[in-house]
Formats: sequence, C-alpha cells, structure tokens
Amino acid sequence: MEEILKVSNLSKGFPGVQALSNVDFTLNRGEILGLMGENGAGKSTLIKVMTGFYRRDSGDIHFDGQAVDFTSPNDAVRHGISTVYQEVNLLPQLTVAENIFIGRQPMKKRGGIDWRELNSRAENAVAKLDLDIDVTRPLNTYSVAVQQMVSIARALDISAKVLILDEPTSSLDAAEVEQLFTVMRRLKSEGISIVFITHFLDQVFAITDRITVLRSGKNAGEFTTEGLSRMDLISSMLGKEFEDLDASRWGSSLGTGEGDPLVSMNSVGKKGFIFPFDLTIRPGEVLGLAGLLGSGRTEIAQLLYGVEKPDEGVLQLNGQETALSSPRGAIDEGMGFCPEDRKEVGIIPELSVRENIILALQAKRGALRYIHRKEQEAIADKFIRALNIVTPSSDQLVKNLSGGNQQKVILARWLAAEPRLLILDEPTRGIDIGSKVEIQKLILELAKEGLALLFISSELDEVVRCSSRVAVLRDRQVIGELDGTDISESQIMKTIAETA
Amino acid sequence: MNSFKKLPKLSVNNIPILTTISIFFLMYAAASIMFPGFFSLYNFVNIFKTNAFVGIIAVGMTFVIISGGIDLSVGSVVAFTSIFIAKMHQSYGMPSWISMLICLGIGLVLGLSIGCLITYFELPEFLVTLVAMFLMRGLAYVVHQGTISIQDDPFIAFMKRTGIRVGAGNLSLYVWVFILILILGILVSKYTRFGRNVYAVGGNESSAVLMGLPVKRTKVLIYVMSSLLATLGGIVFTIHLASGKPHNTIGLELHVIASVVIGGTLLTGGAGRVIGTFFGVLIYGLVFKLPAYISAFREWWAQILVGLLVLTFILIQTFVAEKTARAVES
Repeated sequence: MEEILKVSNLSKGFPGVQALSNVDFTLNRGEILGLMGENGAGKSTLIKVMTGFYRRDSGDIHFDGQAVDFTSPNDAVRHGISTVYQEVNLLPQLTVAENIFIGRQPMKKRGGIDWRELNSRAENAVAKLDLDIDVTRPLNTYSVAVQQMVSIARALDISAKVLILDEPTSSLDAAEVEQLFTVMRRLKSEGISIVFITHFLDQVFAITDRITVLRSGKNAGEFTTEGLSRMDLISSMLGKEFEDLDASRWGSSLGTGEGDPLVSMNSVGKKGFIFPFDLTIRPGEVLGLAGLLGSGRTEIAQLLYGVEKPDEGVLQLNGQETALSSPRGAIDEGMGFCPEDRKEVGIIPELSVRENIILALQAKRGALRYIHRKEQEAIADKFIRALNIVTPSSDQLVKNLSGGNQQKVILARWLAAEPRLLILDEPTRGIDIGSKVEIQKLILELAKEGLALLFISSELDEVVRCSSRVAVLRDRQVIGELDGTDISESQIMKTIAETA
Repeated sequence: MNSFKKLPKLSVNNIPILTTISIFFLMYAAASIMFPGFFSLYNFVNIFKTNAFVGIIAVGMTFVIISGGIDLSVGSVVAFTSIFIAKMHQSYGMPSWISMLICLGIGLVLGLSIGCLITYFELPEFLVTLVAMFLMRGLAYVVHQGTISIQDDPFIAFMKRTGIRVGAGNLSLYVWVFILILILGILVSKYTRFGRNVYAVGGNESSAVLMGLPVKRTKVLIYVMSSLLATLGGIVFTIHLASGKPHNTIGLELHVIASVVIGGTLLTGGAGRVIGTFFGVLIYGLVFKLPAYISAFREWWAQILVGLLVLTFILIQTFVAEKTARAVES
C-alpha cells in the first residue's frame, strides 16, 4: 500500500494542555481510515494541524511523498486535502451550483461569470455523486445530508486526493448514511483516500479499512477493521483492559429506589436526535447513563428537561402524563439540571457564590418575589457548609473558585430549589480527583435522602460506582439496562460491544 | 436522491423581491386611479429626478447590507460634498468638475479608511461608520456654515440642461448617471467574482474564509464603493439643487437603508438584489410624493407609512428565514 499522508512524531500544545504528543498517523492511497477517540483525544486537533488550521510545535507531515507545511486550510485544499465538517461550511442562500464554484467561477471571454457553463459543470459534479438535485436552487432548500454531499462535490471538484469527513453522519438518518457510504466506496475505488471521523461504532465497522485510535493526545491503537473485535476497539478508546477493572460499587447500597417511579418515559424519541427508549427513575435511586461520546446520553437529559421536544412517546411524572415544552416547565415540575459545560451554561462567573446559589430558587419563585438578603445568606451558608464548598465567604465571586468548588456551587443552586429529580451531566469533568470523590459521595447521600437522580458521565468507573441502575447507550439508542451485581465496567463494555 | 423532492420553482427566497415589485405596481395603480393626473410621465420623471441621488447611494448601500454590514456615513458625505463644491466655486471660482473630482478622491480615502478599520482592526461596522458620519458632518460645517447657491457654473448648467425629453419632463444627464450606476450595480452583483463574494461574506463569513474567498479584500472594497457612490450621490444632489449647505440630508442614511430594506434586501446579509433596491427607492419616492395629492396626507404620514413598509419587510424576511429552516428539516 502506498502512503499518501504520513504524520510522524507530531506534537501540538495549547496553553495549559498538551493536545497532541508524538502522534503518528498514516493514510494509504485509496483507503477509508476511521479516526476514533473519546472527548479530548485530540482528533480535531490532529485534523486541524494536518490541514494548516493550526501550526504544529514539532513533527513531520509528508503528503504524496513530499514534506509539507500548510499555512492555511486553503493551502491544504489547493494541495488536495479537503475537509468536510459536521457543520456544513457553505453558503446557504446561494445556489448549489454557486456553492461548488464560488471563487473559481468560469468566466466568459468578454468578462463576466458564465452562469450557463457554471451550472452545467455543477450538474456534472453532483451527478458524479449520484445526486439528482436541481443545482440552480438555493442550498438551504435541501436537507443537511444533501448539503454535505454538495460540500463533498466542491471538495472533489477542487481535485481532492484526501477527503477528511469530520463526523459527517451525526445529523443524518439511516438511509442518508447509506447513501453517503455508497459515495465513499465509489471515491475509494477511484483512488481517493478518506479519513472518517465518527462516534458511531456500527458505522466505523461498516465502512472503514483501518482504524486509528487516539487517547489523551497520544496514539492508542492502530487496527485493521477486518477481524477487529468491538471489545478491543472500545478498550483501546477508553484505555482500559478487562483485568484492571475494579468494581467498587457504592451504588449497590442504594437498591433500586422505592415506590412508584417519579419519572417514566415510554417510547420517547425524536427523529434524528435519539431513537425511542423507555426509562424509569424512582425516588431514592441513581440512574446512570453509560455510553461512548455521542451515544445519546445528553440527548436523553435534554428530552427529559424540556430543552428538546420529543416527537413521539409518553412522559409521565408521578404517574401523570406531562408534556414539557421548556426547561421552565421542568423546573416547575421539580427538576434540576446541571449541564455538561459549566463554564458555558452553568455558573455566572461575575456573580458571587451566594447569588449563584440563589439563582434557581429565585427563578422558581418568580422574579417579583424577591428573596430577602438575610434569607439568601442563610441558604448560601447552609449549602457552603453542607457541600463543603471552599470559599472565603459567600460573597466571593464564583470565577475565583476552583473547578470542583464551582461545580458544587451549581449543585447547591439546584438543591436550594428543592428538586425531586436532579439531572447531572458530567458533574465531575475537569475537576481534581479529591473533589470528584466528594461529589460522587454527595450524589449517593442525596439519593439516600430520597432524591431521584439521573447521572451522566463518560467515566465508566464513576457510573459503576454511583449508580443503582445503569442504562447503556450506543449510537443514539438505549441498548440495555443493568442493575444489582450486573453493574460493572466490563459488563457495560460488553453491552456496548454486542452487535445489534 | 429521490427522497429529496423538488420544491416548486417559486422559491421562498424570491418572496421579498416579488413583494417589492408587487407593492410598487399596486401603489402606482392605486395612486393613478385615486388621483387623476397622477399617472403621467412628467410625474414619473420627477420622482426619478428628485430621487436619483438616493438611488445612487442606495446601490452602494445594497452591497454593504448584502455583505452583512451597514454604512451610516452616507448622509454626511452628501452634505460635505455639496457644501465643498459650492464653497470652492464661491470662494475660489473653482470649476465644479474639479471640486467634484477632489470630492471623489476624499470619498475614496474615507471608504478605504472605513473598510480597513472594519476589516483589519475588526471594529464594528456600526461604530466605524458612525464615527465617519460625525466626522464628515463636522467637516461640512468647517467648510461653511450657511447656504451657498452655485450660479454660472458651466458644468452644472450643462448637466442640468442636457437631457432627453420624456413627455413633458426632461430626464437630465445626471439622472442617467443613476441609471448607469444601477445597471453597473446589477452587472457587478451578478457577473463578477467580487459581486458574488459580497453575498458569500454576508451569507456566512467564516464559511467564506474556509472556502478560500478573499473576504478581507472584498469587505474593504465594499466600503470604498459605498463611500464613492455616496460622494457621487452628493455630486448629483448638488447638481440637482445647484447649491450646498452643511445641514443637508440629515438622516439620509436611514432613508437609504429603509429603501434598501423595502427593496427586499435581507438586513442580516447574504441575500438581496440591486434591482429590488431600484423599486425600493421608487416606492420610497412615491410615498413622499403622496402629500402633494392628499391634503390630509402630510409628510409625517408618509414617514409612518415608510415605517410600516419596513416592518412588513422585516416580517416577511423572518417568515422566509423560518420557512427555509423548515424546508431543510423536512
């Protein structure tokens, strides 16, 4: 096999993070290579360094036998490496044809763009992809799937030798994915090399020849897809072997809650978002959601909390059928949601600890019923003590706290509103190990006090440790539920690896 | 891809422009029926004449708005140009065509400065052009504080006198400048890479960068063009009135923006047509002509009507945006 793109010893750091260290990467001519890894593995950094979006710190890149140093994505495109992003980077209001040719329009001899020529060339370009669309219509009249195809058509027309597809399938339905695969196979047979980045295990096994796995910015494995077991791939992505899985299960002390379910979701689903699923959560239990990145964990939380509306299924709260159309409604029903990215959507850095804690309670009571300063201080102090938040005073600005303590402030905010159900999406991400354990213990205590919790984490050990039951997800589908002694990291991994 | 059914050819993206043209013809028809004597070439020519300078500036503004920007300086540029030409003529006896060329030079420098500040210093369009607006207005007063009328300037007299008789009216040469600019604007927007890049920048600037388009150069050129056309508009305005004063055309930029929006150009950028702006300007001129026919319909009612028209178009655009978003989902 002839190598078309070869990266050796590549390193790239950002202030505070070493995104890539000594990464090797090889792409052969006419192959489809899967690039996989969990969050923070360095996939996008690698792509961006290879295509000139970032400059590398060290290492070599050889393209088509020559050492290269692309200065911009455009430079890489001119040499024949094109990237199609998950978010379509085209111009929605212009026509399909113009999107393919803008910047390179055919001109008439007397000057002026030759639209007839442009449109007929565009027709050829899309026909090559078996796409039967009217190229003179604006791009935004077509689905995302078609827009992605147009994006590929543009890349190919600029004469791509290497096509990088960055999570192209995340918003496509099954038929559209199949269509994309057909095109990918065709391009491969024409000698074009494709790097395919995806979270979907089924897809990576269906289409790739080889798979390269990154983990924490380092090479974690290189496999030939044929003959590779899912278990080996998952172990390599998560960095865990069967043997070193130790099961310390605190959650087993919880049992599976008491009485009637607080939440029961029946065939709830949303097209292109998550497949229909059933879930119940009882007071006093922690339901863990386990799955790889992009498997649909956060999507479940969003449906439950009213961020997204399901288009099928029934949601019952306390036995009552309920339709939540907004987080506001969910709060009124006694839910709290600590979102995944606390910096983006959680804390308000310029406000004090007290003000941050009081926020949800104030929202619940309504803006007109002001909570008296004295009461605010009492509530804040109570939670600072109860959750062991390390801060000089309740008037300290939240931005000055450590990550772990910020996370506790968010927890305190929702606890102050006295919820019946608390949704925790990655509550321990990016905080030090000591705070992690504290938060995990807190989760269990809350459950013992009768709160129902939905716990999402990409760290399997933590899901295993804290959950009384675990729902396992893969490729936007709930594929199994574990409880009691069945809950272990190896069992979760096995469930994920089982072929559908 | 048979699953992606072809929509009817009348795309929702065409709704704004079709609305503009329909409104134009409806208003003309209504006015012609209601007021005998309204429907005359003379009237039409007059609307053309009084609004020629607005039209020239609006062509530049159309490019600016399609690119997702705004230019608030155009009204002050007109005022500066008119008083500068008048003052040079009065105090130094400078032939107007020379002072006009100087003004175009000033316009070029102004546009370049605005464009570079926006593009290379990444300052907001609104603020940069606001600064330019105050600057040029201030400079207009520096030149002269009162009204100066221009008499016996051969070039201006020639431009006013020469023309093509259309019915009872006379389409002076300077009106043809507007028509020429209009045609050039249409051609540039449709048949040059620069023109298409303007749409790309306004449609999605970061996409345009990723697609390798010369985004920075395009943005600078857009403001150079707008300032030059504003200066040219100022020249036409000066010829039309044969006078200059520094407090002319206060708020003109907002009238121009309103005409462009009524012409169906998307304020968020990425969509619009120069020909739409042409109709927008004519609708605008018509509305302000109405007070002459209905005594109860005073100028302030014209203002309110323009406001309502702009509102209509903003609503249509929101509707179009939602419609296309939904079309993509299904």
